[in-house]
Amino acid sequence: MFLNQFLLFAALLFCIGVYGVLTRKNGVLILMSIELILNAVNINLVAFGAFNGTIAGQVFALFVIAVAAAEVGVGLAIVLLIYRNRRSIDVSEADLLQG
Amino acid sequence: MLAAILAQVEQVPFNRPDIDWHAAAPELLLLAGGAIVTIVDLIWLERVRKLIPTLTSLTFLIALIPVITLWNDGGELPRTMFDGAYVVDEYSLVLKGLFLLSGYVIVLLSTNYMLEGDYYDSEYYQLISASIVGMLVMTSARDLVSIFVAIELVSIPAYLMAAWRKRDLRSNEAGLKYMLMGVFASGIMLYGMSILYGVSGSTKLVDIGAALTTGESVPLITLAVVFTIIGFGFKVSAVPFHTWAPDTYEGAPTPLTAFLAVASKAAGFVALISVVLFAFPGQAAVVEPLLWVLSAASMTVGNLIAMRQSNIVRMLAYSGVAQAGYMLAPLAVFSSRPDQAASAIVTYLVIYAAMNLGAFAVVIAVARKTRSGEISSYAGMFSYAPGLTVVMTAFLFSLAGIPPVGGWWAKFEVFRVLTADGNTWGVALAVVAAVNSVLAAYYYLVIAKQMWFVSAPNDDKAPIVIPSSLQAALALTVVFTILAGTVLLGQIANLTDFSLVN
Repeated sequence: MFLNQFLLFAALLFCIGVYGVLTRKNGVLILMSIELILNAVNINLVAFGAFNGTIAGQVFALFVIAVAAAEVGVGLAIVLLIYRNRRSIDVSEADLLQG
Repeated sequence: MLAAILAQVEQVPFNRPDIDWHAAAPELLLLAGGAIVTIVDLIWLERVRKLIPTLTSLTFLIALIPVITLWNDGGELPRTMFDGAYVVDEYSLVLKGLFLLSGYVIVLLSTNYMLEGDYYDSEYYQLISASIVGMLVMTSARDLVSIFVAIELVSIPAYLMAAWRKRDLRSNEAGLKYMLMGVFASGIMLYGMSILYGVSGSTKLVDIGAALTTGESVPLITLAVVFTIIGFGFKVSAVPFHTWAPDTYEGAPTPLTAFLAVASKAAGFVALISVVLFAFPGQAAVVEPLLWVLSAASMTVGNLIAMRQSNIVRMLAYSGVAQAGYMLAPLAVFSSRPDQAASAIVTYLVIYAAMNLGAFAVVIAVARKTRSGEISSYAGMFSYAPGLTVVMTAFLFSLAGIPPVGGWWAKFEVFRVLTADGNTWGVALAVVAAVNSVLAAYYYLVIAKQMWFVSAPNDDKAPIVIPSSLQAALALTVVFTILAGTVLLGQIANLTDFSLVN
């Protein structure tokens, strides 16, 4: 196995994630796309960690996993709040604040 | 079998890293304070509801004590922990003091707002404490992992607090936009950081800096640098990553808006300064033009859009975007004099914190009477609230950079760094900043005109009742804002006279 395979895979995941964030209107799907970006980061970190022979990459990846869980917890709570108040999680309908 | 594994484990010696408890005391005290607030709230519930803000603000003041003792410790700075990943030096101590005092003022602003509205309030103060702990960690973080954890510890409580008014659609929307943009930005920043780790083999900023000094332009490194800076660009609301700021500021509870506009933005700048100065000195050819463009665009776009706002919170939000542009400017010429650039930004942050928190304090006070954030509702304030009008005028003059109030000194420091070397790009950015200062003065003075010269709508001259905590916040910020431009110049210069890069 070569490092570049992992990096290409991570780059692909990252691009899919960014595409999803930019095009999806559904709040939960945007959060899932963000998860893809964070998983691309984790693959990068672990692959580089194995390549460099240092433990820091794996440790960083663990931190990213833990913090991502917290972020998605908060994110889903806010999406749920929106759903309760307007019965829709379409973020393009959230347009009260403009200008 | 288990015994065999355990026997193996015992053979591996575990050395606890040395922890300098004195250096970590501010963070630990604040953490303990947040825990005490939680426990007190859980045990006594409604009976102590009014005590919670007092308890939280006391925590901030107690956490300030070790900051002062560390500062006066003299020769022992900088103190490093965890193999250089966590550093307490003069730069971090000044910023810790700034964050703790801003936190104190924000609690003062929140006290009556939270008591009188239909809010969960003790949780609010716990989240403020947690977020400020993140900022304290940020000032000392010299490692990608600790910077990432700190920036998330600052942001995640802020996402929740932005959506604090649960039944209000506007507040929900503010929280949603802030959360989605913030998490997306962290994702991009992390992708950049993962490549930085890959090319340098270390997460420590100084090691990354050493690995990137080759100066050659490798596309992968350029990508990593650009992504990392874009991530911080979201946090400091630099154009074109500012779109969340006005919406979030308008929809969120106003004290929290003050928190986002001052403390959270300052935390983003601290991270940006650390990363650029320690990790990217060898990549100045990439970083400087990028920050030049971000800075010039933030100033110009922020000011032009601020001019046509009719809501004062949105106007302050766009003015905050423009101010972020001024603060980014020294970093656009950082390679020739990094220490002065950092000093100029910290000076700006200190003065900006006082004047902007003050302006939001006035907004909160006026909204108690008018229930409105429209600039037209400030008409005729001088006839019924002369004191508040004078105070607001001081803040507006300071934001516009008119001497003798504080803001001019902050801008002067920025101009001094930009023009010091006669570097064409630096001077060009100074010209852009100067033109923008004039544009900005226009919309600040429009509010001053409304307050002083336009008569009150419907001849409504009922006075504004300001509760004592809000009065204290106004007094603290206005005294500092006025003195910062005159008497305290020397002291501020002393505080910000540190050297980060050897």
